[in-house]
Amino acid sequence: MTFTAEHFVALLPITVLAIAAIVVMLLVAFVPSRTLATAATVAGLAATLVSLPIAARVAPLEVTPLLDVDGPALLYTGWLLLCTLAVVGLAAGYLAARREPPGELYVLLLTAALGAAVLAASSHFASLFLGFELLSVSLFALLAYSREHKPGLEAGAKYLVLSGVSSAFLLFGIALVYAEVGTLEFARISELLAAEGGGFYVAAGLAFVVAGIAFKLSLVPFHLWTPDVYQGAPAPITAFLATVSKGAVFVVLLRYFLGAGAFESEPVLMALSLLAGASMLLGNVLALLQQNVKRILAYSSIAHIGYLLVAFIAGGDVAVESASYYLAAYFASTIGAFGIVAVLSSAADDEAEMLADYRGLFWRRPWLAGVFSLMLLSLAGIPLTMGFVAKFYVVAASIEASLWVLLALVIVGSAIGLFYYLRVLVTLYLDPDDATLELQRQARLPAAGYAVLAASSAVVLWLGIVPAPLIDLVRRAALGLV
Amino acid sequence: MILAWLIVIPLAAGALAWLAERQSPRLVRWIALLALGVDLALVAAIWLNAPAVTETPRPGWLVEAEWAWIPRFGIGFHVAMDGLSLVMVALTLFLGLVSVACSWTEITERVGFFHANLLWSLAGIVGVFVAVDLFLFFFLWEVMLVPMYFLIAIWGHENRVYSAIKFFIFTQASSLLMLASIVGLAFVNASATGEWTFNYFDLLGIDVAPSVSMWLMLGFFVAFAVKLPMVPLHTWLPDAHTDAPTAGSVILAGILLKTGAYGLIRFVVPLFPDAAMRIAPIAMALAVAGILYGAVLAFAQTDFKRLVAYTSVSHLGFVLLGVFAWNELALQGAVMEMIAHGLSTGGLFAVAGALQERLHTRDMSRMGGLWAQMPRMGAVGLFFAIASLGLPGLANFVAEFLVLLGAWSVAPVFAAIAATGLVAAAIYSLVLIQRSFHGRPRREIRAADFDRREMAYSAAMIVVLIWLGLRPQPVLDAARPTFEALGVAAAVADQEAAQ
Repeated sequence: MTFTAEHFVALLPITVLAIAAIVVMLLVAFVPSRTLATAATVAGLAATLVSLPIAARVAPLEVTPLLDVDGPALLYTGWLLLCTLAVVGLAAGYLAARREPPGELYVLLLTAALGAAVLAASSHFASLFLGFELLSVSLFALLAYSREHKPGLEAGAKYLVLSGVSSAFLLFGIALVYAEVGTLEFARISELLAAEGGGFYVAAGLAFVVAGIAFKLSLVPFHLWTPDVYQGAPAPITAFLATVSKGAVFVVLLRYFLGAGAFESEPVLMALSLLAGASMLLGNVLALLQQNVKRILAYSSIAHIGYLLVAFIAGGDVAVESASYYLAAYFASTIGAFGIVAVLSSAADDEAEMLADYRGLFWRRPWLAGVFSLMLLSLAGIPLTMGFVAKFYVVAASIEASLWVLLALVIVGSAIGLFYYLRVLVTLYLDPDDATLELQRQARLPAAGYAVLAASSAVVLWLGIVPAPLIDLVRRAALGLV
Repeated sequence: MILAWLIVIPLAAGALAWLAERQSPRLVRWIALLALGVDLALVAAIWLNAPAVTETPRPGWLVEAEWAWIPRFGIGFHVAMDGLSLVMVALTLFLGLVSVACSWTEITERVGFFHANLLWSLAGIVGVFVAVDLFLFFFLWEVMLVPMYFLIAIWGHENRVYSAIKFFIFTQASSLLMLASIVGLAFVNASATGEWTFNYFDLLGIDVAPSVSMWLMLGFFVAFAVKLPMVPLHTWLPDAHTDAPTAGSVILAGILLKTGAYGLIRFVVPLFPDAAMRIAPIAMALAVAGILYGAVLAFAQTDFKRLVAYTSVSHLGFVLLGVFAWNELALQGAVMEMIAHGLSTGGLFAVAGALQERLHTRDMSRMGGLWAQMPRMGAVGLFFAIASLGLPGLANFVAEFLVLLGAWSVAPVFAAIAATGLVAAAIYSLVLIQRSFHGRPRREIRAADFDRREMAYSAAMIVVLIWLGLRPQPVLDAARPTFEALGVAAAVADQEAAQ
């Protein structure tokens, strides 16, 4: 195929992001300035965001068999980039408080975001695997970024080993599918399967692919790494892992298992239903037992991906719409919640992650506690927040698709979930004790960190009360409706 | 527009009150009083204007307003008020004023945030009573819950964290079932007409297959039965009421429980008439069980507030009985019981709060002979206690009499058993007064009697209770168009004329 100017325009977001990564890398190597590195990273991400509407003018367009730049790809890329931007804002202050050099972290964040953008646009198993690995390899280093911090090293090593195994699963699955159908293009595969039906190799291959993806999404029973890695990683990186890494993988699921109508086979749906049900139940139940806020949020994220999967399993347009809305709500709430952990950790020797560290926060830092309360209520799905509209969407999607068992599990899971969200929430409002005085009083982030918190709160609150603009955006960009 | 103001004023005043905390706590209290006073004046204006409203697009409805909200699902900010809503909103705002007044000296810490939560909760409750879009109704149903959770968890008594979480989980888990039912109902309609809507008036009277309608109805029913509360779903109530601050208890018992009864009258029976009538015998049996069970447990309590809390279970049993008897007499009785119970129990909780503020205990074994020291408080307490036991001439008597009369024509056995609840009510009410105010003084207690502020809000409640006891007609007239519009059997009209 020949490349025209249009193809380059379509590739603009990915190109700009790649250039930004290289520029920041060179900058960090030669100019040791904290401010400059941050500014360059933010500028790079902002430039990429600006390039999205430009690329949207030529979308949908297939750029090589590997990438398909269309409305959904650009929409989700935009969300993933916004999350990355938020993480940069949080990380800037977090690292400054710890006197860690931020430069390399930014480079890694940009390469990871590049992987996420490739995933969002991939239309071929090769680009899927490339994006997957770009994201994962960056994450190994990100998780273990603080060299003095033992739990971080442990988290990095754990993720390295298990992620390697899951990549192997994925690769083997891809190979099995290829062995039978002889192509790696999603569209071709679904055509061939629709015409001839899949044999044993395809079924086994898809099972391996699902296992590989389930690991990244930390679905039960592939979730064992999640709490440890969440706990060990620096708080901003945990936020990145929870939003961008999981989000990008989910976008792949959303687009190709469903958007293109591919792989709509009973056994796969059955497997996904089991994974979703187990994640909702076990994620919520295990969160009950935790004393560590990061572990609570880890288990809660397992449950949330379960809810997301329910919307996804519902199938059809409503699934894309509701899963997209849920994803956006999950992104905004998770960024906000980990943002608070990052703020408090800035004054702690270690991470401020124990429930006791948050006791009485409302009476000392009312705004911080207010933001955290909002995020917890949003994660619990209480009205006035995005989380409620998202939960409403999941219920609506599962009723439309008559998924009664999964709907019941959503309700049971949410009811259990309330308990641990409330437990954290109530801690914020208890009488403060002296042990946490210094920690809570001295917690500081530079303006960028507070801007991230303010922005995520505004999004959660505003789109929770007036959800119509986001719904329209999703319908226009992801479904070509309206 | 006026209905939107009813919700917006307390919301805005709540935010203002929070900000005003830095100026002075007094300012906060006056902001709260003023906002609720303005709201109540608006409601009074609607009430006085009600007879003049003859030409409305919908029979029985006085005011209506609608704004688009989430067009994707046909959801609108759609509010409307009929006689039933009017009465309930008036009760809400009146008890709101009382609750601000009775926490005037009790709450000294974080006054701004306290009143903000109080006002936000009241705004949610007012919204619940006027919402006629099912999504909006659910939305506001939750909005009233979160501030109430904070009221209990922050300013409550000994076991506040446990009670607040229990309260929240009971209500929230059951309302998730309601959410599923609401979406299910809208989906049934959407698959028949191709258009999503959550408009109450559009969903009224749509055709639902009997098996489906049973499930959908149960989702609503469980949510409202927990709130009401119906035995055996009542276990959150004694804890929440006991541990809430006084204002919280007044609002919980006075209004929040009524949202459950309101939901049954407004949604469960009209939306699913057949399914609701199929479970009516079970609901009435549980109502009677609740009347007796609540009364017996109330008798066994030593904690003043816990005793009053269990009487709520008993009284709300009458409401449930009245609703499921579903004739005009019984329904009018249920509405009257909601008001009478709100006032008399609200009054008892205010007395309990005043006692706790003075004696720092709610344990009745450490009270006794308080009358000598606090004659005014004793008299007020006695009045609310005998109002609660249903003395003729007071509103509670009218209410319970109407419920029993209405239930008799449908289920004489249940009515007969329920009537014995009145005897039990006499016992526990008198025990309450006997243990706390009468008898020999246990120890030297130096405590001030009711002051002017406390007498003022008590007197307001007393006046309304007597007025409604002697002349209940305004409330009955206000609520009648609602029941006529719902097509409630008018067959008992001649019985009513015979009274």
